[in-house]
Amino acid sequence: MARGPSSPVFLERRSYRRRRMQDAQRLLPVLGLVLWMVPVLWPSGDEAAPVRMSDAIYYVFGVWCVLIGLSAWLWRGLQRGEDALSEAARDP
Amino acid sequence: MTATLNLLVGVSLIYVAFLFAVAFAAERAAVRGRSGWLRTPLVYTLSLSIYCTAWTFYGAVGYAARSGMEYVTIYLGPSLVMIGWWWVLRKLVRIGRSQRVTSVADLISARYGKSNTLAIVVTIMAVVGVTPYIALQLQSVTLALSIFSGPADVDGNAGLNMQSAGFWVAAGLALFTVLFGTRNLNANERHDGVVIAIAVEAVVKLVALIAVGVFVVWGIAGGIGPMMAQIDASDLGTWQVDRSRWAALTVLSAAAFLCLPRMFQVLVVENDDERHVQIASWAFPVYLMLMSLFVVPIAVVGLDLLPAGSNPDLFVVSVPLAQGQTGLAVLSFLGGFSSATSMVIVATLALSTMVSNHVVMPIYLSVKPGGASKSGDVRNVILRARRLSILLIIALGYLYYVLSGGSGALAAIGLISFAGVAQFLPAMLGGIFWRGATRVGALSGLCLGFAIWVYASLLPSFGQGAVLPASFFEVGPWGIGWLRPYAFFGIEGMDPTVHAVFWSLLLNTSVFVVGSLLSFPKPLERLQGAQFVNVFDHSGQARGWHASVAASEDLMIMAQRILGAAEAQALFRAAALEQGMTGHLPEPNPAFLERLERELSASVGTATAHAMVSQMVGAASVSVEDLLAVADESAQMLEYSSQLEAKSTELSRTAGQLREANDKLTQLSVQKDAFLGQISHELRTPMTSIRAFSEILRDAEGLSVAEKTKYASIIHVEAIRLTRLLDDLLDLSVMENGQVSLNSATGRLEAVLDHALITTQASGDGRLRIVRHKTAADTALTTDMDRLGQVFINLITNAQKYCRAEAPQLEISVRAEPHTLAVEFRDNGTPIPDAARALIFEKFARAAEVEGSGAGLGLAICREIMARLGGDISHVPQASGNLFVVKLPREAALAAQ
Repeated sequence: MARGPSSPVFLERRSYRRRRMQDAQRLLPVLGLVLWMVPVLWPSGDEAAPVRMSDAIYYVFGVWCVLIGLSAWLWRGLQRGEDALSEAARDP
Repeated sequence: MTATLNLLVGVSLIYVAFLFAVAFAAERAAVRGRSGWLRTPLVYTLSLSIYCTAWTFYGAVGYAARSGMEYVTIYLGPSLVMIGWWWVLRKLVRIGRSQRVTSVADLISARYGKSNTLAIVVTIMAVVGVTPYIALQLQSVTLALSIFSGPADVDGNAGLNMQSAGFWVAAGLALFTVLFGTRNLNANERHDGVVIAIAVEAVVKLVALIAVGVFVVWGIAGGIGPMMAQIDASDLGTWQVDRSRWAALTVLSAAAFLCLPRMFQVLVVENDDERHVQIASWAFPVYLMLMSLFVVPIAVVGLDLLPAGSNPDLFVVSVPLAQGQTGLAVLSFLGGFSSATSMVIVATLALSTMVSNHVVMPIYLSVKPGGASKSGDVRNVILRARRLSILLIIALGYLYYVLSGGSGALAAIGLISFAGVAQFLPAMLGGIFWRGATRVGALSGLCLGFAIWVYASLLPSFGQGAVLPASFFEVGPWGIGWLRPYAFFGIEGMDPTVHAVFWSLLLNTSVFVVGSLLSFPKPLERLQGAQFVNVFDHSGQARGWHASVAASEDLMIMAQRILGAAEAQALFRAAALEQGMTGHLPEPNPAFLERLERELSASVGTATAHAMVSQMVGAASVSVEDLLAVADESAQMLEYSSQLEAKSTELSRTAGQLREANDKLTQLSVQKDAFLGQISHELRTPMTSIRAFSEILRDAEGLSVAEKTKYASIIHVEAIRLTRLLDDLLDLSVMENGQVSLNSATGRLEAVLDHALITTQASGDGRLRIVRHKTAADTALTTDMDRLGQVFINLITNAQKYCRAEAPQLEISVRAEPHTLAVEFRDNGTPIPDAARALIFEKFARAAEVEGSGAGLGLAICREIMARLGGDISHVPQASGNLFVVKLPREAALAAQ
């Protein structure tokens, strides 16, 4: 994510927001991986206090929904920002 | 139940015919250029669903029935890859676009310096890795069919002959793939019809699975709450997952998602627009989630409802069937059938592309003498190679199905396949992120990883003792304990799949990295490496791949520059007419582009034409190879044009010489005419007076003696003048023709001058005063003395005649110069005007209005004489008077000494 030396130090608020959204987009799979690897920590099988299957299903699919929701939301946000940027570029 | 089976076969055939029609319509639309609706984000996302094969459709439920939630890892990996599209997919798609990558083998080979060895290795690995997968599809479909055909008998033999059913399914799939995948050849290896067909199939399988799930949850269990309670109460009620498998399978499925040839085909090769990837990044996880949502409920209900020992891989079909829901069961079968067909079609297409491009074509081109002469030639060979490869790959799948006995659990076979293709991952990711990755590293990593996979995963899958002897598993090959297929380095207790994945990928990556660090890449490899790793610096914002009419305009402008306006317009109009369009701009469909490229290549060379057209149409950046080819061509053209230039210079020089010669001839002709005119005039004047006076003498009477004498003497004088004129003319003509013979003699210059003076003074009126400077006059020389004297006499006579000064005077001096001897005659008369000076040495030229008896041949004769003697005579303008300089070559003088 290194930027060239010619990049400005301070960005306009909108561009700044946009860049942070891109960062979030990049980090999303890391979040997903961490959340989906949590079940590895759960007690399994014959161990004491096993996790119920229904809870496991709710958890795994819940994470799925959250990731999809975040991903779609970030996509929409970036899409809108892109449109705004290209419109701004079109206006003299 | 046979009636149901027949119904099922009928429905399947109708379904296939329907898919065929959809694909055909899509192809037609694409040819007509109305492909906008074919390439939408939705279609792209749905086409990715070929990841969900019959394995996931049928097998996931069986997997869940056996191992609980573990099945979901197969979907978690791809979901993570899609959500993290920014990291890998974005780059892969851009590289695929800019390098015109046609397959995963092409990608890896292109990255490592277009190495065909690497391409062949990857192709073989892909074929071997995917073969179990194709067998898996045949197995799922035939198993599902067997459910309808009736209950299995005591020996487990279904009422259906599994092998022949498998054969017919394989044959049907092969036919469909050949019909669709090789209908036409597209430079981009894209198949609009197939993509649409698999999108439709994606919808069918999703709808089928959700329908079964809804039926199970709300129809049988009675809602979400009771369903969850039933799940918790069942054997699957608690979380039972092997931790290492959970992590390893998530990683493995993510790797396979990127590396499977069929996934690469739909993700990268068939991608139309990079923005579609962004949408698919959340839309495809939705699809995957929906596909896996009802797996556990179906498994639990199936385990609960169906008799013990039923194959859980078939619960999706057998649960509705057991509930008397034949329609739902048929729909479910169609869902599985769709999964199998779409997977087999795309997988064999992708593999056949690899086989024909990287194995068959190189062999064909090297075997065939003279290489490819016509493009149509190669086209047919490629198509035939594709078809043969498709048949071969499906035949291999069928063979594996027959050999493995169709017995293994679906999930196990699928994971073997995943582990095989995952071996591409280090070379692929290393290639696009690390410039230091080299061909040697990639090749050794791939080979080692593949070898470990074959040894630890593929061969054991046939059963212990089937291919590998059982002793291998107990004590290791030849007693080497640390090489046991399930316990490398003596580490026991690992799950076999995790074991194979872990060791193969670890050693693959290590060897790849070490090999890359130790080897040195070739220049092309380094260039390609830079292009791949820094692809975002080199390629611009992506455009749609399908050229629009706007692209036609660009092409027109370019073609006009190269072909010329009229020809380009004619070409485009003809193409538009052929396409049945009224305007001047045709649709830039592949046929037209190919034709245009051919036309252009006649002018600019094949490579350049290809680079230009693809730059305009495909938004593909020009690859290094293209550039090298273009440079080659330019060098050849440069050489050719410099040859042409040399020839044209020569021609223009010759033309110049001809023009000069022509000018000279014209001038000579004019001179000759003028000369004839002069001569007749000069001859006529004396002739007229001679005739007149002789007529007077003859006819007039009573002339006095004095008068007679006077007239006779006039006639005499004129006759002498005529004679002299004719003498001069003769003299001149002889000299001009070079026929004069020089009588070389040795004498002194002074003597010649003396003689000339004596001769002239005898005839002159004596008014001219001659002054002589005797400086260098006493020089001996060897030349024609008489002719030289003639020149001197002429000059002195001229001075006598034409010097109109009060006291006419002629100075004669001799100057010795390094190479010449100059005799100067300087008078004090009226200077010859500039305009006349150029003419005085011409025949019949006399300076202005001076009257005289000469014919104007004197100086012309002088000039000729001097030219013969190797010297020169010239007139030098003076402030007052005239200076004639006679130059003699010094050699003439020296030779005499």
